[in-house]
Amino acid sequence: MRDRRLAWRDLDWVIISIYLLLVFFGWLNIYSAVYNPSNHAIFDFSQRYGKQMIWIAASIVIALIIIIIAPKFFSQFSYAIYGFHILSLILVLLFGKEVAGSKSWFQIGSFAIQPAEFVKYATSLALAQYLSNLDVKVGNLKATIIAGVIIILPAFLILLQNDTGSALVYVSFIFVLYRRGLSGNIFVIGLIFAFLAVLTLLLQSLTYKLILLGVILLIISLSYLFMKKNLSNVLKLFGIFAIIVAFVFSVDLGFSKLQPHQQVRIKVLLNLKQDLRGAGYNVYQSKIAIGSGSISGKGFLNGTQTKFNFVPEQSTDFIFCTVGEEWGFIGSSLVVILFVILLIRIIYVAERQRSIFSQIYGYGVASVLFFHFTINIGMVLGILPVIGIPLPFFSYGGSSLWAFTILLFIFIRQDAERMKLL
Amino acid sequence: MIMRKDKYANRKYTIYGFFIFVGIIFLIRLSILQLFNNEYVFAAENNTRKDITIYPPRGLVFDRNNKLIVYNEAIFDLMIIPKEAKDINIVNFCKLIGIDTLEYQRKYKKAKKYSRRKASIFVKQLSKTQTAFLQEKLFQFPGFYVQARTLRKYPYKNAAHLLGFIGEVNSKELKNDTFYSSGDYIGKSGIEKSYEKYLRGEKGVEKLMVDVYNREKGSFHNGKYDIPAKKGYNLHLGLDVDLQTYGEELMRNKIGAIVAIEPSSGEIISMVSAPSYDPNLLVGRIRSNNYDSLLKDKHKPLLTRALNSSYPPGSTFKLVQALIAQQEGVLYPSTTYTCHNGFNYKGLHVGCHSHTPTINLEEAIKISCNAYFCNVYRSIINNHAYKNSEMGFRKWRDYTLKMGFGKKLGIDLPYERGGNIPKVEYYDKYYGKGHWNAITTISLAIGQGEILETPLQMANEAAFIANRGYYYTPHIVAQIGDSAKNNPSFTKKNYVGINSKYFDIVVNGMEKVVENGTAKLAKIDSIAVCGKTGTAQNPHGENHSVFIAFAPKDNPQIAIAVFVENSGYGGTWAAPIASLMIEKYLKGYIPKNRKWLEKRMLEGNLIPEDER
Repeated sequence: MRDRRLAWRDLDWVIISIYLLLVFFGWLNIYSAVYNPSNHAIFDFSQRYGKQMIWIAASIVIALIIIIIAPKFFSQFSYAIYGFHILSLILVLLFGKEVAGSKSWFQIGSFAIQPAEFVKYATSLALAQYLSNLDVKVGNLKATIIAGVIIILPAFLILLQNDTGSALVYVSFIFVLYRRGLSGNIFVIGLIFAFLAVLTLLLQSLTYKLILLGVILLIISLSYLFMKKNLSNVLKLFGIFAIIVAFVFSVDLGFSKLQPHQQVRIKVLLNLKQDLRGAGYNVYQSKIAIGSGSISGKGFLNGTQTKFNFVPEQSTDFIFCTVGEEWGFIGSSLVVILFVILLIRIIYVAERQRSIFSQIYGYGVASVLFFHFTINIGMVLGILPVIGIPLPFFSYGGSSLWAFTILLFIFIRQDAERMKLL
Repeated sequence: MIMRKDKYANRKYTIYGFFIFVGIIFLIRLSILQLFNNEYVFAAENNTRKDITIYPPRGLVFDRNNKLIVYNEAIFDLMIIPKEAKDINIVNFCKLIGIDTLEYQRKYKKAKKYSRRKASIFVKQLSKTQTAFLQEKLFQFPGFYVQARTLRKYPYKNAAHLLGFIGEVNSKELKNDTFYSSGDYIGKSGIEKSYEKYLRGEKGVEKLMVDVYNREKGSFHNGKYDIPAKKGYNLHLGLDVDLQTYGEELMRNKIGAIVAIEPSSGEIISMVSAPSYDPNLLVGRIRSNNYDSLLKDKHKPLLTRALNSSYPPGSTFKLVQALIAQQEGVLYPSTTYTCHNGFNYKGLHVGCHSHTPTINLEEAIKISCNAYFCNVYRSIINNHAYKNSEMGFRKWRDYTLKMGFGKKLGIDLPYERGGNIPKVEYYDKYYGKGHWNAITTISLAIGQGEILETPLQMANEAAFIANRGYYYTPHIVAQIGDSAKNNPSFTKKNYVGINSKYFDIVVNGMEKVVENGTAKLAKIDSIAVCGKTGTAQNPHGENHSVFIAFAPKDNPQIAIAVFVENSGYGGTWAAPIASLMIEKYLKGYIPKNRKWLEKRMLEGNLIPEDER
């Protein structure tokens, strides 16, 4: 190994530039969303934009510290870091403060922190550490189960906090497993079952469900014609059909186990329920905000939907509305494109790693960011149900900004080492 | 830790694919929302825009001497928009406006029933001090606001019937005209009703921006799209408010009507319906109570007798017979008939008073001889120029209609009546076709029988005689707006179909009536008054008396009809009242030598004793 000091030019400046752009543009939109004509000093720290400025400054400090820390620290202590954050999830369940029905905050003085946000990078680290073991192959059962536990444990604890959105994020690690050898059929199966679930919810009467099952049975029977005619294939197909029947009838049961507000959100999305005053209100107002932005938007600070509070959660989960309303199609598509470029760049950078650990970690980073990006903007645009998770680097909030900064900069730091490893 | 050959390396492309796929889905969705859909632009505007209606001041009303007789006073209504009235501290709110919570619920339900989104009145007509107090606290109660409106004020306290009143729109009016919204005021009677479209002006709109809590956030585009309210047109009446006041005083404790017209224009100088009431009684909160008691009053003060009551015209109709007969060539000034205490024909007798037996037309008018005019009427109906008496009757009826009898004159006030001139069909039905003639219908000759006229039609008779052959449709409003010259609807001369030369003898006769005939009490120093008395038989009690007149004889300034119920002969009450009106109008005062008469008229109480 050559001993070489860290050089600034080893850092991936494409990722850093996009990061800074998103953070800066995010802050502008938070400023606009909270903007009050009679009181708009930028450095007013009682306002969200003032606070966000502190969070941003702190994030830059955090990023610098990560860059200074020896990169081996993260790979060597990944399990310890993971353990520490799992502990924080347990502690928050015991001593946390309940905010809006979710027990997911530590309150220290006037300062509140959400440990769940930080577990994402810790899980990525632990997963990368485990999967980079030479004898671990995603294909085999034991490895799959252990990797699954690493992923599901924090998700489960977060679910206990009653924060479904944050728990769902861990689904995104499927991409990491897929890259490491998990069968691609998982996506096909996942899609088929998601499709079945939606169909089952749409076809509310039993008759329609039986017709649906009949059609499926017909398809399965037809597919047997193209298979080897032996008993094992018959049993296989029969097994598949049995699972589908069980699934179809358990969807309603599962749905009824959801919390009422979640049920309503899904029903609104599936158009089973028109409710522009209630659950559909956020999404409707959000669509109005974005739609009314037209091509070039109403201009910075000129959004009426967001400024006059028609869109709730406008500085956090619905921040993208402000972009759509004030910066129009030009601004909002720019944000979408920036995110896609960032994600592709992260994968590109991950693929150039010589360390498997770094590569897997990179995939973890991309997966988490991709999931947040998809769910958040999908929700704001009214094509996915309302699941309250923030838009990375954009939404107001110290915990999420810091957590995403840590997540991203650990990767940037690892990447900067790639030349040394030979 | 060093990488081995990676057989899954190609999977990165699948992952790129996912990223790009989601990105493209989002871009498509964004372009659908932002580029190919206007709906959301309007929805955003709807969200934030609040239109405040600005009510224009209602037009003012002036009399013929430019005296202000109707003006506006600001009052304030507390309005509610039920949809927005959420999270109200009802107890505090009720305390503030002084009602109980039950009342609050009742009012809230009523408003909600009308509309959840549209404003309706919660509490009516607050005073200025109440409003000032309320407005300071109202911000605590979303969904409530104060709406300024105007009430009418009448400084002269008279002319109630023709000015009319305004009131809240009812549901039918709301449906018929989109101009109004609940709680608005609309003219309900009088010129307030007939000139509503001019008086009301045009509402303005102030466009404001509001936030999600409906709090005002300043004007929309700096007021660029605001529409200013347009004040209603002022009305200038032909009415002389001082004469009107005098007329109402003269008619105190009497039942009847006075109508005075300026013959040269058709403008109504005065229109009294007695008993009357103070128009201020029907304004504001006190209105409904007062309206009820006026409605219950057995002398019907709300009835506009000048337009809505029809009476037999009595002897005043003899002038009409004289004009028609001359035009038809069956009567000449020199024509004489003989009267021996009345008209006798085959056992039919129409009584008359004692006078020189053989008289000519002028004398007949002067002494109002019944027999003479029965003969005149018979000569019209039995005119040899026509095949039979039915044809003669038709001809006669046509004249009367041209003179404005038996149909509405078309005054600019609502609810006018047309009186009655019987039709051929009526007699055909009553007697059978061909079984009636001049004699059967002889009471028409002297203005009795089926003939009915409104006091307005009686005054109009005086007007077309004053004009020697034509009249302008009588009207209250001389001028709409401050710049226009005339009320354009009323500039056409209506000719009555009688050559002006036939008026001379009639006018001379009318002059004699006042000089030394049946209406000597109507004589005025230095002004030649031409008049005609009449008595309408009243089967229920004392006869009604009527007097029509115009003055001066040459270049007449005023034509008048006075009708007093239950007052006996026309010469006793109606004629003196008419002459006092004329004198007041032409001279501006009543001279000393007639003060006794004025006093007698003012003090006279002609309401039947059992009804007082």
